[in-house]
Amino acid sequence: MSLTETIQDKYNELNAAAGNGLLGSIRAKAFELYNKSGIPTSRNEEWKYTRLTGLTNKNFAVHTTAVVPTKEMLNNVRLQSEFAAELFFVNGVFVKEISTFTNDALVVLSLHEAADSEYKTYVQQHLNQSSKYMKDGMNALNAAFTANGLFVLVKKNKVVEHPIFIYHITGTENDNVFVQPRSLLVVEENAQVQLVELYKNNGLHESFTNEVIEIAVQENARLEYYKVQDENENCHHVGTTHVQQVGKCFTHCVTITLNGGTIRNNINMILEAPNNEGHLYGLYMVNGKTHVDNHSIVDNLKPNCFSNEFYKGIMDGNSTGVFNGKIFVRQDAQKTNAYQSNKNVLISDNASVNTKPQLEIFADDVKCSHGCTVGQLDEDALFYLRARGIGEKKAKALLLHAFAADILEQVKIDVLKNYLEKKIDERLDIEVL
Amino acid sequence: MSEMIETLEQTALSDYKYGFVTNIEADEAPLGLNEDIIRFISAKKEEPEWMLEWRLKAFRYWRSIEDKEPAWANISYPKIDYQATKYYSAPKQKAKPKSLDEVDPELRETFEKLGISLKEQQRLTGVAVDAVIDSVSIATTFKEQLAEQGIIFCSITEAIHDHPDLVKKYLGSVVPMTDNFFAALNSAVFTDGSFCYIPKGVRCPMELSTYFRINAENTGQFERTLLIADEGAYVSYLEGCTAPMRDENQLHAAVVELIALDGGEIKYSTVQNWYPGDKEGKGGIYNFVTKRGICGANAKISWTQVETGSAITWKYPSVILKGDNSTGEFYSVAVTNNYQQADTGTKMMHVGKNTRSRIVSKGISAGKSQNSYRGLVQVGKNAHNSRNFSQCDSLLLGDKCGAHTFPYIETKNSTSIVEHEATTSKIGEDQIFYCNQRGIDTETAVALIINGFAKEVMNQLPMEFAVEAQKLLAISLEGSVG
Repeated sequence: MSLTETIQDKYNELNAAAGNGLLGSIRAKAFELYNKSGIPTSRNEEWKYTRLTGLTNKNFAVHTTAVVPTKEMLNNVRLQSEFAAELFFVNGVFVKEISTFTNDALVVLSLHEAADSEYKTYVQQHLNQSSKYMKDGMNALNAAFTANGLFVLVKKNKVVEHPIFIYHITGTENDNVFVQPRSLLVVEENAQVQLVELYKNNGLHESFTNEVIEIAVQENARLEYYKVQDENENCHHVGTTHVQQVGKCFTHCVTITLNGGTIRNNINMILEAPNNEGHLYGLYMVNGKTHVDNHSIVDNLKPNCFSNEFYKGIMDGNSTGVFNGKIFVRQDAQKTNAYQSNKNVLISDNASVNTKPQLEIFADDVKCSHGCTVGQLDEDALFYLRARGIGEKKAKALLLHAFAADILEQVKIDVLKNYLEKKIDERLDIEVL
Repeated sequence: MSEMIETLEQTALSDYKYGFVTNIEADEAPLGLNEDIIRFISAKKEEPEWMLEWRLKAFRYWRSIEDKEPAWANISYPKIDYQATKYYSAPKQKAKPKSLDEVDPELRETFEKLGISLKEQQRLTGVAVDAVIDSVSIATTFKEQLAEQGIIFCSITEAIHDHPDLVKKYLGSVVPMTDNFFAALNSAVFTDGSFCYIPKGVRCPMELSTYFRINAENTGQFERTLLIADEGAYVSYLEGCTAPMRDENQLHAAVVELIALDGGEIKYSTVQNWYPGDKEGKGGIYNFVTKRGICGANAKISWTQVETGSAITWKYPSVILKGDNSTGEFYSVAVTNNYQQADTGTKMMHVGKNTRSRIVSKGISAGKSQNSYRGLVQVGKNAHNSRNFSQCDSLLLGDKCGAHTFPYIETKNSTSIVEHEATTSKIGEDQIFYCNQRGIDTETAVALIINGFAKEVMNQLPMEFAVEAQKLLAISLEGSVG
């Protein structure tokens, strides 16, 4: 049975079990939309370079309840970081029992709990806002299975001192698994938080993740968001990060992709209030058959906003990289400054890059620029190093390390940065300094 | 500079300068599009059987995709009723004129009004003009001079009669009839256009040019241009357009094919100033053009365009860099004002080794217009050491217009270098202030700055066009400041 067929059965099962209410109506609407638009094909302009039909025709099991993993499994994926709040998704379901969050600045609930609690208005206001921008079947499919997701509230005037780690564990010991984690994070006024998402496949079969995380950031708040993908070629991923900057605030998002199968990352930054500031950074450093597609939308709706986007890619082996950055500047958004840059290095003759930095501007008093390059390592720099007795392999590795460092510098959490540097150096097969 | 101010003042007082209708008894096809119409066109032009078959094949293909009019471009317009258009209209003539004196005096007056007197051009500038009124060429000058060098420069109709081998070999070889909706339509119903062949090693001694003009009401203009530069040949070709004022939208779907064989070079320049519609966006030409060239080894194709007219511009002059060491260039200035919509750009397809391409696109939008750049740079797996540089800048005048950029870059080769950069901005207040301070009023200052903005492209235009094009820029943006 193909994934698309399994989905039909599972939806009815889940819907019957989860009941109606707020989430129920979202599910019903989304499922209708999913049935109408289906899995996107390459005929859809937004999916021109990324093909999913090969995956969705395969057999995947869909779990709607979690299996509690062993302690060993958990330790296997955790980054050792003291005091940090650790939240676990297992097979796409948030498992509160094994998560730790002792911080009084946080409210952590499962989504269906939140929908019935005092935080109901937040859920009403912010859940499924991403569907306004992502009109394809994948986003709708995730919304259609919204039930056991995660709700996090960062309370007003609180600074969460240690980062929150969200671990996504997929158990593929027995069969291929399709999972759909869903999260909603609200950062209230004057609050500050760092959030990290990490993924782990525990098994030898294929996993296919279709994730949506929505983050609403209120007046004077500050958000740092990191998404790190370092699985293996059996792990496919479609993920949407939707950042809604409700009030004047600051956000900083970094997406790092080191390994995987077919990967599609959507990141939307919606600057809804004047004087907003947002930064988007990304690094994709892939080899083998990995296909990585980064789609971003920066939507400037109000005046005096600033946004900066910087993505870098290193493509080796038979990998494919896709970058599509969209900047919208609406008619009201005068005095917008929006920048976008994408730089790629192709190392192998079988690797390829498709990039499309796109601007759509409806206001005149703006400063916008975008640029992209595809090239190789600088011959002069390589020669400089080799003239000083550094072997070719190491010289190349050093230059690639430096190329990646631009983005790594943007990782402000030490434990994560060290982890990533180690991973990258392992890949480059060097010991730097 | 002073000339520009003068022009601005003149045009401020006048309506669209070229908006008049010449009363020429047209020999027309009835409204509508079917196989009979195609046969009618083909019969009118006394075409050989193979040409008719070719047209019918294209028409049948178009029929099969009739419902699939492309919708991906960033433009919107009411649905075109292809059955409500006349596909053939020829100015009536008793016999083919042998010299300019024999040309219909009324027709010649039209050219005088446009300021492109054939006589003048022939005598003063040395440009051979293949003048097209509506769809049939009426006079070709300098033909004999060109013939001495073995250059063939005639209408495509004549070429079909006199040089069927060349036409058969190259027609549809760069833009196949199945290429896209409008190319298929054009292949079926094209009525006239220019044909040019430069033999091996010949450098064409003069700039070749054609003036197009839409004349009879409700007549779509379907031009087909075929240019071949044989090995080591060189040609510079100019194309310019003006059209009379009309209330109803007129359809224009041209196809231009360029073939530069090994070592050949083609420079193709366009100034397009079709009627853009009035201030409320009523009327104006719909311009759906497919332009493409193919380069052999060491060949070069260069497109330069200044687009100021048309209600809708849908145009992507492209180059297929097939041969090793070939070069493609694209220089464009697109100006939109009032309710104009332009979706234009280029495609550079790097196939051969050491191929180079350069894209410079300048978009200027004013009023309530939308201006899009849409480009593709594709580097194939075997295009080693290929190089591309693209730059597309947009300038916004007013807060109700839009500027959009859609660059597609697809690279499959690790030795190639592709660069793209783009900026969007408005004219700086400090720049205007600087001019004001020196006694230059704001409107003149804007014209000055815009000419500077577009200079990189304007410099690529041949002399004959450069002056006209600068005037056009100022005229098109008239009234958009303040």
